[in-house]
Amino acid sequence: MIRYIRWCAYFCVLLLVALLVNIARVQVWESAAYGANPANKRHVIERYAEPRGDVLVDGRPVTGSRDSGQLLRYERTYLNGPLYAPVTGYSSQTYGTSFVERAEDEVLSGTDPGLSAFPLWYDLTRGRPGGGNAATTIRAAMQEAAYAGLAGKRGAVAAVEPATGKILALVSSPSYDPAVLSGTGGRVKGAWERLNADPAKPMLNRALRETYPPGSTFKIVTAAAALDSGVVTDADAPTETPDPYPLPGTSTLLPNAGTGCQDASMADAVQWSCNTVMAKIGVRVGLRGMVEAARRFGFNEEGLRVPSWVSRSNFDTDMSQDQLALSSIGQFNTKATPLQMAMVAAAVANGGELKAPYLVERTTQDDGSQVRRGDQRTLGRAMTPATALRMQELMVKVVEHGTGRNAAIPGVVVGGKTGTAQHGVGNAGTPYAWFISWAKTEGGAALPGVAVAVVVEDASAVRGDISGNGAAAPIARSVMQAALSTR
Amino acid sequence: MTALTAKVAEPAPPPPDARAPRRRGVELTLLAGAVLIAALGHLHVGLATTGHVPRSAARYAGGLAVAALIAHLAVRRWAPYADPLVLPIAFLLNGLGLVLIQRLDVTTPAHRTADDQLLWSALGLTLFVLVVARLRDHRVLQRYAYLSVTTALALMLVPVFFPAVNGAHIWIRFAGLSFQPGEFAKILLAVFFAAYLAANRTALALTGRTLFWKLRLLPGRVLGPILAIWLLSVGVLVLERDLGTSLLFFGLFVIMLFTATGRIGWIAIGLVLAGVGAYAVGTFEPHVNSRVDDWLNPFASIERGEGPGQLAQSLFAFGAGGLLGAGLGHGQSFLIGFAAKSDFILATAGEELGLAGLTAILLLYGLLVARGFRAGLALRDPFGRLLATGLASIVALQVFVIAGGVTGLIPLTGMAMPFLAQGGSSVVTNWIIVALLVRLSDSARRPEPQEAAA
Repeated sequence: MIRYIRWCAYFCVLLLVALLVNIARVQVWESAAYGANPANKRHVIERYAEPRGDVLVDGRPVTGSRDSGQLLRYERTYLNGPLYAPVTGYSSQTYGTSFVERAEDEVLSGTDPGLSAFPLWYDLTRGRPGGGNAATTIRAAMQEAAYAGLAGKRGAVAAVEPATGKILALVSSPSYDPAVLSGTGGRVKGAWERLNADPAKPMLNRALRETYPPGSTFKIVTAAAALDSGVVTDADAPTETPDPYPLPGTSTLLPNAGTGCQDASMADAVQWSCNTVMAKIGVRVGLRGMVEAARRFGFNEEGLRVPSWVSRSNFDTDMSQDQLALSSIGQFNTKATPLQMAMVAAAVANGGELKAPYLVERTTQDDGSQVRRGDQRTLGRAMTPATALRMQELMVKVVEHGTGRNAAIPGVVVGGKTGTAQHGVGNAGTPYAWFISWAKTEGGAALPGVAVAVVVEDASAVRGDISGNGAAAPIARSVMQAALSTR
Repeated sequence: MTALTAKVAEPAPPPPDARAPRRRGVELTLLAGAVLIAALGHLHVGLATTGHVPRSAARYAGGLAVAALIAHLAVRRWAPYADPLVLPIAFLLNGLGLVLIQRLDVTTPAHRTADDQLLWSALGLTLFVLVVARLRDHRVLQRYAYLSVTTALALMLVPVFFPAVNGAHIWIRFAGLSFQPGEFAKILLAVFFAAYLAANRTALALTGRTLFWKLRLLPGRVLGPILAIWLLSVGVLVLERDLGTSLLFFGLFVIMLFTATGRIGWIAIGLVLAGVGAYAVGTFEPHVNSRVDDWLNPFASIERGEGPGQLAQSLFAFGAGGLLGAGLGHGQSFLIGFAAKSDFILATAGEELGLAGLTAILLLYGLLVARGFRAGLALRDPFGRLLATGLASIVALQVFVIAGGVTGLIPLTGMAMPFLAQGGSSVVTNWIIVALLVRLSDSARRPEPQEAAA
């Protein structure tokens, strides 16, 4: 019987070895695959187990965390959510993240390796450092001025600091409160469906992700291209342009909104926004010259990140002469985001050098020590310094004597350009009102401290009232005032 | 070390007054270690989940120490030659189980079970002391073979008249308490098998001389009763849908029959029968069929969009543990949901203690089983040998069936992990098994015969 008991014991050893081999398989070999299985909730539980780091504006948090007591524990809260929604985006247990919440997610959620001095320690203890903060370049006063100026009308404002590329204001209207998307459950699902079904598209970040025909504001690009390429050497010389101007190769006549454009100089054409003159100049610069100039200002560039991605602004690269004429005054297929047009104004203000816009100044650990700085980068030179100076003069005239007088601020040098963009089939849609501008205190700083682009869709206004000067310039003015007074 | 000494001690015929090694000091030291580990685990869970030392920490550690001391003194008094490893291993496993249940209670604040489990463990330990004290010679049990089997069958039949819980008729509920009488039945059945086979093994073994397909013609008188009882018990369990226990009884029967007769044919017949039975049940019984499907493809429910099933959650928990584990209180094994504290308790051990801790736990079981077999080898009477082998096999099979089930090695069948899992009847039963092993090992190592008579 002894022998048979031994055999039984060997059999049990066999069972034990089978168990040990199998747990080694499950716990070591398959561990990573099990961990990566989307049905495995451990990652999300861990992700929301600690309060999320905050997004800062002017050094103060505009976000918060609330202990929900649920499985996915900490839910996002927002102070003044609708105001900052285009900046922060949302952070939702159900729908993920967007904008800064997404771009800086690793820091905010505490997974960024830069958050801990000894990453190996956290690997070993399975702990994770508390979430870090993301300080934005936004200035609260400007953001509020822009949001109040739009007053719920559909539109967007983007403001940048020309010398650095810091985005100082980023507003989209109408907006939404991202807090309604925090957490889980039917309430969140309902809010998500309601927001997505809303015809006003409150979740669309118009400043970064919507492209509009820039209309007459694009004439700044055309004028700069003409000066740089030598097509126009003297901006004050008459251009021998008929009014109306027959589009090349067609019998279509391009009219002007106002009078006094016949044979006007380029300076006058910018000041009074003459379609005829600028269309003709664009044709004279030629397709390749215009495409090249637009590209230098940032058009047709994929992959701009601030650090959230920005929609591509378009200037067609293959057009007939008449299409080029229309494109040169910001019509036809020319499309730009509000941020892109703010970059155009900023390039002029910064002496022709175009800075990459960025939204996150720096990320810090919980105790304030720095994780990373937002890097200032130069995208390139949009025009020569001489051309930039000339363009500044032209834009100042627009505000002092031309179509953009509503943007004037006493004691401040303001340069601007109005735009009223036709759109829709047969231009039947309500036009968009544009205004782009920059400002510097008189006799103060050498460089303008702020560049702004405002677009107002203003579907509710009477068609005749829609003009850059009427609807958009006052908003730009209040944003610039806020910028100069908070410096 | 113990094994070596035992081997050395065995061949020499002991002089009447020679002092055979008792090794009670070793047992006491190991018990102190077990108490320390359990008390530190209790402390750790409190610190990890609430951030401060639990108020009851000192009382808890003291209670464990007193319990261990009482058990030790009982063994020292009534079974001085017992194997010094058996009691500490059982104590450590029970302590670890309490720690894991206490940890899981944190995730189910409305349904705390650690205190109940502590009470049951105390009851189990009391029964352990009682058995060690009152059962002075295991051979006494041989006399109660038929009483055992009658009681076992009765215990298994009773729950049929109680409402099913979670699809199985294995519970008796009254006065707010619930327990599984089937747990106790397995000891009684082991006693019966051991007694019956010890008495009839010659007859059974001799029949093997002919070709084994003639086997059923020859020993009808001998084989009949035991086969009938076995069929009855397994049949009842199938009726009650307690497939884990039927598998256990089947395995126990085959192992003990083989040990008694040494006929490899029994193993073959057993395996063939088990195979046919498993195939039939797995194909025709929907409850089991789904378990087999689950085992073959644990993530099928995820692909169907229904979220992970229990087995998938269990595998996720094991996987999350990795090599070193997340640490007590830092895992998410509560995601398993239902039965996380009982059938799936091993997943919590795997996630929070890691491969290292889980291996240690499985080796503890291995050691416990090995000490059981060791006692069986050293015993001189066939009944004792068979009983020790049977009891060790019960533990081994039970660990294999449930540990293999929750780690995806074999299809999952509901069964309690000895000592670790939450469940009163299981803890009490396992303490009785340990008490019997202590008694058997004491008989095996006791210098004969004068001292035993004294």
